[in-house]
Amino acid sequence: MTAYILRRLWQMLPTLLGVVVLVFLLFNWVGGDPAYILAGKMSNPEQIANIRKQLGVDEPYWVQMWIFIKQIVTGDFGASWSTGETVKNVLETRLGPSMTVLIPLTILETLIAIGLALGVAYVRGSLTDRMVMIACTVGMSISILVYIIVFQYWLAYKLGLFPVQGWGDSLSENLFHYALLPILIALAVGIAPNLRLFRTFFLDEINQDYVRTGRAKGLSEPRILWVHVLRNASIPIVTHVMANLPSLLIGAFLIERFFSIPGIGREVILAVERSDFPVIKAITVYVAAATMLFNLLADLIYKAIDPRVQLK
Amino acid sequence: MNPFLDTPQTSPGLWALAWRRLRADRMAMVALAVVAWFLLTLLLSAAGFIAKDWDAEIGVNYAPPTFMGAQSAEERGVQGMHAAEVATPDNPRDPLRDIIRQLRAEREGGANPALVQFDDYGIADPLAAEIAEIRAAQGQRNTTAAIEKRATLPLGADKWGHDIIQKTIKGSETSIVVGLTAALLATVLGTLFGAVAGYYGKWVDDCFNWFYSVFTSVPYLLLILAVAAVLQQKGVLTIVLILGLTGWTGVFRLIRAEYIKHKNREYVLAADAIGASDLRKMFIHIFPNISHVSLVQMSILTVAFIKSEVILSFLGFGVPVGMASWGSMLNEAQNELILGKWWQLAAASAAMAVLVTAFSLFTDALRDALDPKLK
Repeated sequence: MTAYILRRLWQMLPTLLGVVVLVFLLFNWVGGDPAYILAGKMSNPEQIANIRKQLGVDEPYWVQMWIFIKQIVTGDFGASWSTGETVKNVLETRLGPSMTVLIPLTILETLIAIGLALGVAYVRGSLTDRMVMIACTVGMSISILVYIIVFQYWLAYKLGLFPVQGWGDSLSENLFHYALLPILIALAVGIAPNLRLFRTFFLDEINQDYVRTGRAKGLSEPRILWVHVLRNASIPIVTHVMANLPSLLIGAFLIERFFSIPGIGREVILAVERSDFPVIKAITVYVAAATMLFNLLADLIYKAIDPRVQLK
Repeated sequence: MNPFLDTPQTSPGLWALAWRRLRADRMAMVALAVVAWFLLTLLLSAAGFIAKDWDAEIGVNYAPPTFMGAQSAEERGVQGMHAAEVATPDNPRDPLRDIIRQLRAEREGGANPALVQFDDYGIADPLAAEIAEIRAAQGQRNTTAAIEKRATLPLGADKWGHDIIQKTIKGSETSIVVGLTAALLATVLGTLFGAVAGYYGKWVDDCFNWFYSVFTSVPYLLLILAVAAVLQQKGVLTIVLILGLTGWTGVFRLIRAEYIKHKNREYVLAADAIGASDLRKMFIHIFPNISHVSLVQMSILTVAFIKSEVILSFLGFGVPVGMASWGSMLNEAQNELILGKWWQLAAASAAMAVLVTAFSLFTDALRDALDPKLK
């Protein structure tokens, strides 16, 4: 097991290096000279030369690349170009609010989607099944922006059921006061695609022999569905949920932006708006690393769910 | 006589069969009709037959939809806009605060008798006649403009009095063109990469796989935003490039698997035996057999890219200012909703929802028709 994990970590290195090169090329080569962006509109040649020296962009590319790799390993990306806050601090303080929304959201979304999908898969082909599928397709076609704009206006602004936006200091206040509507909206948006996907996973299992065997030996339908089918279908579900976690982190950026939640997603948008390259670079590299780690974690969970899986 | 010899039976090809299955699916045909209708509107507006003057201010500001009836300026909240302008909050850190205060005081004291009655001192203004003339002309133009501007429009007007119908049509044009071209670019890239990687295998495959895992380990939206941050300039071409260059991974994975499956089949070996070149085998022999995978993927990507374009334009990283797009319409509508002007939001969301629903249903039907085994 340990050997397997070590080997997988070792295999991640080339990919991670690829991400680093990609980000480096994007920001140091495609993007042109960062000194001009940083110096802004009012600048003279000496200022630019100064900034170039500070950033190290007057060095050859391989030296700059080495600086970038050192930054990634030490986590010291220097200060943000627009606020002067250290990037390290930006990442550390923004992670908490994002997690406050994302952890309950992921758990609720997965559980609700599993429950509904099992139900729909059980009555597959019926009118209910088709209506739910059409409702999902229509629901998925409406832009997430519309959900946020309308719900925020109607539930928070008009009816006053939730705060329009904001963020507090204590976890319970955030979780039960400010994060409620964001989570609700994200659920409304996220359940439909998951429901559709999980339904196909369950449909693959529901006609298998072991289901018939279970019925033949007199198991109750709920037991067949919730114990046997669910366990067999959980491998693709775990893959999907795990693979989606890092993009959820970024995917919630619209919600964070609308509700002024000081999370990673909102930070990305702000950084893009302000051309704050160190922040974007740091977030991109770390999120990519997190994605790879989550993929490894998903493989380890397979082993726990299905003992037949051989980790090679 | 053998009846089979008299009438040679040509078996229908993949596309004919798929079309037959598609025809039998009533929902797919309705969806196809809706998509075709959107595309027709797009062609007409691109050719300049309709929605040519979408940025003409033909209605009053925030003109409501016709069925709601006309509203007075107060009801439309136009007065409120001016009031809000005056009531800019005082910023204590503003170095110009005192000067601005002074200027404001002077402006509000505009009715100052000393200034207005200046003429009473008997000094003749040499430009008086001309100014009076200009004022009169201006007054006349204002009144005629006010008469020309319509109080209601079929689906209302936005902040500047643009017709929402025309604006939505123009917005559809932008969004669909971006979605389709970006999907085409991504599909072509994914197919090419997948073909090369799957066909040649070995180290070529390893290289492309490495490339693939690099691209997929950065979340898609983050990659798009990073590219948008770097490229700086906005425009339709930029956004097509961003979406197309980042979106090829899904197509690549599927096409690569297909090529691996096909490259050792007998028909490819036969082509090899008669001396067909690698390129010929890849694109003349194998590609027609897997082109349906590319087509379905392109259809799926179009829907995804239309959605992405809306989000990018909404955030201001998409199409430039002054260009109608569903995303920029939603951006304006967000502020309008607080004022109770819901029609731009409704028009843009409805147009997008109808198109995307129809396109998704059609894509599902297309996939089922092209690959009946999937059902």
